[in-house]
Amino acid sequence: MLDNGIVDDTLYEADIMKIGILVNEGPFTHQASDSAYRFAEAAIAKGHEITRVFFYNDGVFNANKLSAPQTDDRNGVALWAGLAEANEIDLVICITAALRRGIKNEILTGGFRISGLGQLIESGITNDRLVVFGD
Amino acid sequence: MEVLDEQQPDIVKRFMYVNRRAPYGTIYALECLEVVLTAAAFDQDVSLVFVDDGVFQLKKNQAPAAIGMKNFSKTFRALGDYDVEKIYVELESLEKRGLTADDLIIPVEVVTTTDLREIMAQQDVVISS
Repeated sequence: MLDNGIVDDTLYEADIMKIGILVNEGPFTHQASDSAYRFAEAAIAKGHEITRVFFYNDGVFNANKLSAPQTDDRNGVALWAGLAEANEIDLVICITAALRRGIKNEILTGGFRISGLGQLIESGITNDRLVVFGD
Repeated sequence: MEVLDEQQPDIVKRFMYVNRRAPYGTIYALECLEVVLTAAAFDQDVSLVFVDDGVFQLKKNQAPAAIGMKNFSKTFRALGDYDVEKIYVELESLEKRGLTADDLIIPVEVVTTTDLREIMAQQDVVISS
């Protein structure tokens, strides 16, 4: 708290974190993906860096460009793609989980890529935090 | 398994995988095991925890063929080959389900909720499923 009573929430260089995110649920049937998105937005707004979002389990459905929600609903797939483009976030979906669910390169939304689970482990190793969103 | 082509950074972190769900009924248990097997290739300090219905994943004599499922519980026996040796099972979860360590397919360390809280607090990365 500053002398004038205003809370100083400036982030100092040393406080800035590199954050990886794991999303384990799909974009419409579960809140997890929405919460992860809002967390990512808030963290970026605070000055933190979201390096990678890894999608696992039904989370791989977040990459499906064939998703066509009603126009008055949020579009989780498009939101992730937009956030990633604006902030250079690596969006990775797990190949094993994706193939099982029929998510292939042909139906991948721009900004997403398919890779292995190793990308999740690497995210845990190289980031200051790995934040998990799921059921 | 997919090919791992990542650069492996020279850092060792404590990764804990928390299994909370029954082995069949949802895919979470199986897909969590797939993560653990991948993680083992990264030379990290890996531990597994089984709590709640997750303790059923280690139950002996599983016979899921009757519901068209593969019995993947045997894979837990191979974890030692992957240098995954820290396997914790919560005592309270076992007791609530009428189980003891003797009902499990692999030797485990049975810990109380209080112990588990301390072990969990020491981790760098906790992935629950």
